[in-house]
Formats: sequence, C-alpha cells, structure tokens
Amino acid sequence: MPWGEFKDVAAERRLFQRRTMVMLGVVLVMLGILVARMYQLQIVEHDIYTTLSDKNRVQVQSVAPPRGLVYDRNNELLAENRPVFGVTVVPERVDGMEETLSRLSSILAISEDDMERFQRRLREPRRPFQPLPLRYDLNEQEIASLAVQRHELPGVEVSAELVRYYPHSELTAHALGFVGRINREELQRIDPVNYAGTNYIGKSGIERFYEALLHGQVGYQHVETNARGRTLRVLERQNPVPGEDIVLHLDLRLQRLAHQLLDGRRGAIVAVEPKTGGLLALASVPGFDANQFVTGISVDNYRELSQDVDKPLFNRALRGQYPPGSTLKPMLAVAALDSGVTTRDRTIWDPGFFQLQSGGRRYRDWKRSGHGWVDLTDAVAESCDIYFYEIAVEMGVDTMYDYLAQFGFGEDATLDVSGALSGLLPSRDWKRAVRNEPWYPGDSVNMGIGQGFMLATPLQLATATSLLANRGRWVEPRLLRSIKGDRSAEEFLPPPDHDPLILKNPDDWEFVVDAMAEVMHGTRGTARRAASGAPYRMAGKTGTAQVFSLAEDEEYDEEEIRERLRDHALFVGFAPVDDPQIAVSVIVENGGSGSGTAAPVARAMFDAWLLGFPDAGEPLVSGAANGGAN
Amino acid sequence: MLGKSLGQSAHQPLTAPRNRWSAFHIDPILLVLLLLLIGGGLVVLYSGADRNIEVVKAQGIRMAVALVVMLVFAQLDPAVFRRWAPWLYVAGIASLLAVLLVGVGAKGAQRWLALPGLPRFQPSELMKLVVPIMTAWYLSRHFLPPRLSRVAVALVIVLAPMAMVILQPDLGTSLLVGSAGLFVVFFAGMSWRLIGAFVAMVSVAAPLMWFFVMRDYQKQRVLTLLDPQSDPLGAGWNIIQSKTAIGSGGVDGKGWLQGTQSHLEFLPESHTDFIVAVLAEEFGFIGILALMTLYLLIILRCFYISATAQDSFSRLLAGALTMTFFIYIFVNVGMVSGLLPVVGVPLPLVSYGGTSGVTLMAAFGVLMSIHTHRRMISA
Repeated sequence: MPWGEFKDVAAERRLFQRRTMVMLGVVLVMLGILVARMYQLQIVEHDIYTTLSDKNRVQVQSVAPPRGLVYDRNNELLAENRPVFGVTVVPERVDGMEETLSRLSSILAISEDDMERFQRRLREPRRPFQPLPLRYDLNEQEIASLAVQRHELPGVEVSAELVRYYPHSELTAHALGFVGRINREELQRIDPVNYAGTNYIGKSGIERFYEALLHGQVGYQHVETNARGRTLRVLERQNPVPGEDIVLHLDLRLQRLAHQLLDGRRGAIVAVEPKTGGLLALASVPGFDANQFVTGISVDNYRELSQDVDKPLFNRALRGQYPPGSTLKPMLAVAALDSGVTTRDRTIWDPGFFQLQSGGRRYRDWKRSGHGWVDLTDAVAESCDIYFYEIAVEMGVDTMYDYLAQFGFGEDATLDVSGALSGLLPSRDWKRAVRNEPWYPGDSVNMGIGQGFMLATPLQLATATSLLANRGRWVEPRLLRSIKGDRSAEEFLPPPDHDPLILKNPDDWEFVVDAMAEVMHGTRGTARRAASGAPYRMAGKTGTAQVFSLAEDEEYDEEEIRERLRDHALFVGFAPVDDPQIAVSVIVENGGSGSGTAAPVARAMFDAWLLGFPDAGEPLVSGAANGGAN
Repeated sequence: MLGKSLGQSAHQPLTAPRNRWSAFHIDPILLVLLLLLIGGGLVVLYSGADRNIEVVKAQGIRMAVALVVMLVFAQLDPAVFRRWAPWLYVAGIASLLAVLLVGVGAKGAQRWLALPGLPRFQPSELMKLVVPIMTAWYLSRHFLPPRLSRVAVALVIVLAPMAMVILQPDLGTSLLVGSAGLFVVFFAGMSWRLIGAFVAMVSVAAPLMWFFVMRDYQKQRVLTLLDPQSDPLGAGWNIIQSKTAIGSGGVDGKGWLQGTQSHLEFLPESHTDFIVAVLAEEFGFIGILALMTLYLLIILRCFYISATAQDSFSRLLAGALTMTFFIYIFVNVGMVSGLLPVVGVPLPLVSYGGTSGVTLMAAFGVLMSIHTHRRMISA
C-alpha cells in the first residue's frame, strides 16, 4: 500500500471518529428527549392519566330489575320472563363487514328493517369494540347454526336478555295487555334513571296500569371492563329491586273456557265475582298472540292482524260498545219500582205493539201477537217490550239516566282496567249537545228496551249485573287480587268511589232478582232451556241487539253478509241467586238470539264455576238447542 | 469511556484469537447486553400478551433463531460482505420489484414474496442490511470524504430501494432502510453544506409527499398525532390509550402483570408495537430509565466497535447499523409516547413477532464480525 494511501486511511479514521462523536451527541440528545417525554407523562401529568385509566376500566352499569310476574288466582303463571337471544356484531373484530353480513343473512333471516337500523348505528359515532345489535329473538335452530359457524365469523356474538313471555298468549292478550319496546314518546315520560337498563314497558292492560309495580327499581354495578365493554370483574354492586309479582282475580280455567265457548265466533265474556268485584274472566274472541308485539311485530304480521275482518286486536270486552238490548230491563225495572212509576202488581195489556198516541207510530213487541196482560215479573221473565215502552215513557229520560248512571253506565267504573270505554248513557243534555235536537218521547221508548242511543260494553253490563247480585252494594271491578310479598293490593288499587245504590224499599232488589230467576226457571222464562236441570238457582236476562251499521264499501260475500247482519246475542246473569258467586255478561256478535246463543254460554260458565270445570272432551254447552224466545 | 474499559480484552489487534470468545467471533459485552435486553423483553412480553405463555415461547424460539443468525453472521469476514455487496444489492432490488409485481400481503400492503421452493420472506427487511452494505462498499472504494458526484450516486443507491418500499406501502420499513443508507453517507463525511441542502430539500419534499405519495391512512396518522382528541374513538384511540398507560404508570409503575390498560385490552397492540407502554405502565419511569440505559449501553458499545474498526467499509457499515438500531428505538418510543406519528416500527428486540428481530440480530452479527476479524496492519 503506498504511503499516501496510508495517510489517507488515518485521515478517514479521524473523519469517521468526528462524525461518530456528532452522532453520539445526537443520540444522547434524542434519548434525552424520549426520557423527558416519559418524565412529562409519568411524573408531571401522572394524575391526569391515572384518572383517565380508572375511568377507562371502571364503568357504572345499570342492572335492569326483572319484571314482576303475573299469576292468576290459582297461582297459574300468566306472564313470565324468558331469555331471548339476539345476535350482535363488534365491527372492530369483523373481517370484512359486507361479507360477514351476507354470511349472516344466509344463516338467519334478517329483515330489511333490522339491516337498515344496524347500518345506521354503524355510521353513528360510537365506542370501539361495543357490540351492535343486529337481530333479536333468534330461534333455537338459528342459535345452533350460528354456533356451528361462529369460528368463521369473528366479531359475531349471541347475547341474551330477559323478555316478557305470555305462556297462554291468545287467552290472556286482551286481559293482561302486553309490553313492548320503549318508544320515543314513552322515553319522554319515564324516569331515565330507573329505566336505564330497561328496554321494555307496559303498553296496555295490566302491564300498563301496574307498570310502576311490575318494573321494580334499577340496580347498579361498578364493573371493570375491557375495551370491548366485556365485564371482567364486578367491583361493587347494588342489586336491583325486582318488580312485584302480582296475583290477579282472573281464573285461567274460566278464561280458557270462555275462549272455548266463543271459539269460531266473535264476542266477549266478562265474569265478575260480585263480593270482591274481581274479574274472573275477561275474554274477547278472537284473541291474538301478544308475544309477537313484545320484541316488535313485523309489518306483514301486523297488517294481517289489523285488517282481519274479525278484528282480533279489538278488545270487545272493554271497548266493544253495543246496544244492551233487553239485558237493560232488570236495571230499568229497579228504576221504575224505586221511582214509583210502576208497582209490583201493576199489569199492562200487551197487544203486540205500543203507540205513544193512538194512530201514531207502532213500536212492536218481539212477539207479534203480544203477551196479553203482563205484570213486572212477567215483563222481565218473558222480556215483554210493551211493558218497558210504557214505563220508559212514564219515567222519562231524566229518571232513567239517574238510575242507570248509578249502575255504572256511561262511565268507566273500573279500578285498574286500563283502556275500558264508557259506553254511552244518553241524556237530554247529551242529545242537545251532540245532535242539537230535543229529547223526543220516542227516544225514551227505544231506551226502554236498551236500543236507540244507549251503548254499553260487556264489562259495564257485568258490572251492573254484579250490582244486582249485590243488591245495590257497589264493588268496582278490578283485576289485582294481591301482591306476593309484603305489600297490600289496596295500596295500589285506586280508592273505590261509588256510593251504594240504596232503594226506598230494599225488598225491591229481591223482587227484581226473583224476576230474573224467572227468566231462567219460570215456565215461560226466555232462558228456561239454558237453565234446565241446573242444581242451583240462577238469575239472568237475555237480550238481542240490532246490528245497524255496515259500511257500504265493505266487501263480503253474500253468505257472510247474511251472517254479519244477524243480531248480536246478549246475556247477563249471576248465580246462585241467594249467594252470588259469579256474575257474567256474554255477547256473541251476530249470534242471533240471546236465549239461544248467549244464555247457554253463560250457563256453561256458571256450571264450571259452581260445579267444577268440564274435563277435556265433555261437551261445553249442555242441553240448550238453538231457538226459544228473545 | 464505558466501551473502552469494558472492551479492553478485545481491543488489541490480533492475529490469533486471544480468548475463547474471540475464537467464536463473539463480543461478550455486546452479547451480555443483548441477552439482558431480550430476557427483560420476554418478561414484559408475558404481561403485554396477557399472560399468554405461548406467545412468550414463540418469541423465545424466534430470538434463539435470531441469536443463531447473529452467530453465523459473526463468523463471516467483513470482506465477504464487501465482496458480495453489488450482487446482494442487485438481488435485493430485483426482489423488491418482484414484491411490487407479484407480492402477497394483507390490509392493502404487499410486503411478502412467496417464491416457489423458498420460504416466504420480506425483501424490505433484508434491505435494512443490504442498503448500508452497498452504500458503504460504494463509498469506501474511493477517498473519503466523497466527492459530490459520488454522494449523488450513493443517494440514488439509498433512495431507489427506499422508494420501492414506500410503494408497498410500508412507511416504517422504508424509513429504516433509508436511514441505514443515509447514515453511511453521513459517516463517510458528506459535507455539512450538502447536508444542509439535503435537509432543505426534504423539507420541500415533505409537502409534496403529503399530497402525492402518502396514503390516506398515513395522513390520518399524522393528523391524529397533532390532535389525538379530534378522533378519540378512531385513529386517536391508540395514542390516547398508550399515553394513558404510560402516564398512569407513574414513578414505579403498577407492578408486573398489574397494568390495567394493557390487561383490560384498552391498549392496542400491547405485545407488538406498543409494548413499551406496557413496560411504562407496569414498571413506571424507573423501568423506562432502565430500558433506555440498556439501549444506550448497546449503542455505546457499537459506537466503540465502529470507531475501532480497521477499514472504512467496516466503519461506515458499523456506524450506520448502530444508528439504524437507534432509529428503531427513537421512532418506536416516540410514536408510543405521542411524539411521532404511528408508523409500524417495533421496539427492537422486545416487540413480539416480525422478522425485524432476525434482521437486527444479523446486524449485531455483522458488528461482532467487524470487531473480531481483525488483522495485523501491514506496514
């Protein structure tokens, strides 16, 4: 190697060493920067980050209280809570959202609504690793196929929540009401703290009326969570107070029997225990499956239900307003006796028609030939229209209004039945206000047989019948019987607000009740066939209500028109006469005659309650064939 | 100086190995420091991987392989690298081209080459070694400091593969490949005026890169760095969570396996790129100081090896490899502590996975080779 080159090597080494010293300086400065940064984070700002870290890991979660259960009077479960499985997706853990969603759609049926809601929430700002719900209420097969394919679907999880379930759905839908997802308006109304963990709220019926009682008190837990929101450890917990379990007066057996008796028809049966006012049965037929509404009914299913000509969603027992027809006659008999318009012995000649003045319009009796001379007992037992035309005109609308109002007509007299309607008890003022017409005597004539303007719900008829059974003692109808646990039902039932109906001569009650017993047991009683062979005495009254409205553009085939233009069959009654255990009202829409259709239904209800429920296979309705008088 | 006193035994020029270590071409001081780093790294990794012993085992095996690679490289005479430099470089460029054309990868980046008959490998990783070898070879063939035209050629040698790695796209690796080469040019004695001009050029090029080269996700990272709170649930999440982990560690940390940020999965990538946050959270500022001291000792030892190397090629290569190792540290710790944008650079020899551990240990093998293949200077 030449000398010059060698010198160069030494120079190169010196150059390199100088540069290395520079780099060493740079390294020290930069490492110093890193250490200073760490010092800033770990020492100077330590408190800030400690707070952030604790906030990260400790979360306060609300714990939804389990909703109170609902039992019938025999401790039969009517409403329970059942785990429902849904599928959630953690977008951060998914390999390819579109692919995952299309895989999921091939495993599960995912509606467009669900998919749209999911996509919307995916776009909204949200916490990473938070599961987004995609679909609720998976069936077992779907859970199984998800479980099989889950390893190929990272980020897809199955989650469970407790959801209301009605094991006897169709039987109890109208009596209990149902819960559903909390909607926007309800969100304004509820206490946001207590409902922090709750997704469901009572929408109708008992579920709505006793929402506060059934819901319970929310609980809290401080939990340590990971970034996916998964709970790892509960640090502190305040347990929720479960909703109260409540017991209703309803008897599922009677409710089932009522549904069976009306099976294939449209109608309602209300059964009351006169002593307590407890509603033993509250049946509206056809019913519907309330469970569909809990997690959200599909548009198609809802359309099918709401457009069904039989109106399964319509609660006929509480909201069906029918002309009471002749079932009003016992109440009018009480009114006529107590107001002195008639006496027990007064007889009236029934030629088959009634005229306000001679030569005027003829109001016909249901029996064209007339009943001849009839007294009040005969008039009730044989349902003589002429007698009631006469006393209705004599009483006038004001007297009838006063008495019928005391029977609970024209108001919702219930304590805890959500959604019951008031019917229509017409008065002079009402007609002036609504029709702008004076009250004509002819209006009184119609009212005398429960037709004309008068409307009543099956529940109101049962209430009035119960008042007859109680001989004037008011016991408002109610569903809540007791609360499991140490709180009393009275604490939650609204206070009763009806004065007893006290007659000038209390014996008049017995007189009218006897007349109603004649309906059942008298030789010419209209419902004598329905009562034949009964080992107990019952009191009742048949009725028939004319169907007057049918929209012209509704399309029915001819057979159906004829069927749907038939009169509604009604019956009210109670049994046994001397110690009433049960009062019922029955309406069978387009059922024809009250005596032929409705009375045997009531008899079956009485028999079941007083003598025992029929075994499966036994005929439900014994004896009575169709026919007989009104 | 620490390196001098510790390195005394290997300091004298040798014709024959003075001791057992030198016989195997091992620098015991560097080896001990590296083993300390790797061992400590496995301890932190156990926590960062949430007590998954399988992860620690896999990393242990990978590190054992890397140690073997280091030993193999240490046996090779530096002259071998010098001789093969152009061919290695050509092969490297060819494989980078192949990656761009037929490469495989995931998440929108092609980084791997799967050639039939060969194990899958990542050419850009090899370039971290090949580019400084090539640049050192090219510049050491002539007098130093290099003339302007040679600097220009050297810059082309460095920037061409760097650009190809950016195109994959892999910003983190391109940064390391580029800096490895540029440090060679710097150590070769590129004039300060040129360095000034180069820095000025880069500051002009940066906005151009922003508009024409950087992908959206990379821009997002830079923006998020400037203001992590602007996107606390998206890209800012990582930075906020890692700063929270570091800051909540305090002076002495929450204790091993007690870090809530990492064990509750708030800290992303807690066993790979963000593992230093686990260390900071569980061992506190003291732990960070210990790690930084260990790294500094390794760098000092390597600088000592570079400064005492016998020829320009070895010096340039050793110096550049040392600085590349430091760049790993600075970029990784800088990004995890929120000083730099999040680019995918692991914490050297501590982060789990990747082939970077093998490449790093190969580089240390080269350094050991330089230090132990000394010959009598012919006078």
